[in-house]
Amino acid sequence: MLKKVNTFWLAIILAFVFYGVIQLLISTAIINPFYSNTLIFICINIILAVSLHLVIGITGQFSIGHAGFLALGAYISAIMTMELGMPFSLALVAGGIVAALAGLVVGIPSLRLRGDYLAIATLGFAEIIRIIFLNIDYVGGAAGMQVTHATTWTTSFLCLLLTIVVIVNFTNSRHGRACISIRENEIAADAMGINTTYYKVTAFVIGSFFAGIAGGLYAHNFYIIQPVNFGFLKSFDILIFVVLGGLGSLSGAVISAILLTVVSTFLQELPETRMIIYSLVLVMVMLYRPQGLMGTREITDYFGKWKWKRIKGGNQYGG
Amino acid sequence: MEDKPILHVSQVGINFGGLKAVDGFNLKLYPGELIGLIGPNGAGKTTVFNLLTGVYTPTEGEIMLNGERINGLAPFKVTRKGISRTFQNVRLFNEQSVLDNVKVAYHSLARHSIISSIFRLRNHFIGEQEMEAKAIDLLKIFQLDKVKDEKAKNLPYGGQRRLEIARALAAGPELLLLDEPAAGMNPQETNDLMELISFIREQFNLTILLIEHDMKLVMGICERISVLDHGLLIAEGTPDEVRNHPKVIEAYLGEEVISNHA
Repeated sequence: MLKKVNTFWLAIILAFVFYGVIQLLISTAIINPFYSNTLIFICINIILAVSLHLVIGITGQFSIGHAGFLALGAYISAIMTMELGMPFSLALVAGGIVAALAGLVVGIPSLRLRGDYLAIATLGFAEIIRIIFLNIDYVGGAAGMQVTHATTWTTSFLCLLLTIVVIVNFTNSRHGRACISIRENEIAADAMGINTTYYKVTAFVIGSFFAGIAGGLYAHNFYIIQPVNFGFLKSFDILIFVVLGGLGSLSGAVISAILLTVVSTFLQELPETRMIIYSLVLVMVMLYRPQGLMGTREITDYFGKWKWKRIKGGNQYGG
Repeated sequence: MEDKPILHVSQVGINFGGLKAVDGFNLKLYPGELIGLIGPNGAGKTTVFNLLTGVYTPTEGEIMLNGERINGLAPFKVTRKGISRTFQNVRLFNEQSVLDNVKVAYHSLARHSIISSIFRLRNHFIGEQEMEAKAIDLLKIFQLDKVKDEKAKNLPYGGQRRLEIARALAAGPELLLLDEPAAGMNPQETNDLMELISFIREQFNLTILLIEHDMKLVMGICERISVLDHGLLIAEGTPDEVRNHPKVIEAYLGEEVISNHA
């Protein structure tokens, strides 16, 4: 146990060292605004990918309406800062909480559904959110809403770190194991005393909360938010991060979010062929790694490989 | 048998559309008993298990566990009241480790909250350590502690069967329901299983209800046997009584044989 605590703090310290180096490079203008903006965008996408990973990869509930929660977080936080004059940090939290509440309201009825039906219900929910914002003049309707630029490398990195720590800690506890058991075999999980509805809704609410936080960061990074940014294509973008990384692998979701954000950012210079190349990358990965980049493994599994081998080698089945 | 029954099933039945899968089923289980439930394929044995564990809600009759009515409760609530089961076709959490499979079943006995886990508070570490120690102790009884880090799907078949029983025990049952535990096992494995079942029954103070096709196993360890056919209880009694019961022979071998013997 002591060893686990130590590796946890080691990872936190490493993360802050990484943060400090990037921050230094930004403040000394070695990294220009274009690249620092890309870094912020990567953080936002990782938060989205990891929060959806909890719902799809861990709990096994195929939800494809994540952009709805992103939209809620974006609009609520924008209203907080622009209309009510609240500080940015408070707006971020408010966006997350409202998205989490929406997750609760949507999750309780729709998580009774399975597979395709859940996917359709969540997709429908995301469209409802988008159309509601499209028809409210208070937030600018189709023209969108102007938002000040407030998202910095520091805020997005802190939000990212919080997301990963919370979701990793949740996953590696009795609660996370309960969620995984639902993914693996819902009937058996139920028979072992797991309240499956409770854990499906909980995972959904936590995922929605962080999608809302990502929405706040997103809104305050682009000067303007419009309902068209939160269509179902956005939901699919997030879904692709999770599937491409490998269902059930958090580090896979992180890696594919980084990879695809970088690819699509640099492809902006080639507007004509952008979507073709992006699609080709997806097709290639799915052809050669159908289980996703990481499969169900985590990056930390590779660090402990010698240990794993030793267990494998000394494998004896009793009886 | 002066004790009160731990499980009292009276006149339980269920219809699927027009089909009566189980009709007028009665069963009394007293603490510490080991009862067998047998019958030809499609007789409704697994349906009885699903009724007892809350997967199906009976359309008639009453199921009482320790004097408390449990029909209509959700499966996870039934498990928390003290009935735990294994499945006819093994249902393990395949991608989880052997250890985690057992830990999942300890879930409802642990108390540390989601908040304490997310923020890694003291309660989280105490709770998780307790679970780990209990799970490893249990795996040792089933000789699975050496493969505790292996994924459940990588165990050989016999190991998976044993793991399923271990997992069912971890949920802390008073009454254990075993659905064909010896299915697909060779005679040696079946013998080991019989010993194991007798051992855990003593060790954990269990009452056991067993569905089995392997007559040697059923006749060898069960004190009483109930026989189902076409959803109806056709015979009840000691192994010897059941073996010679005309209706049982009829159900298994057909009418023709009886008349020839008679």
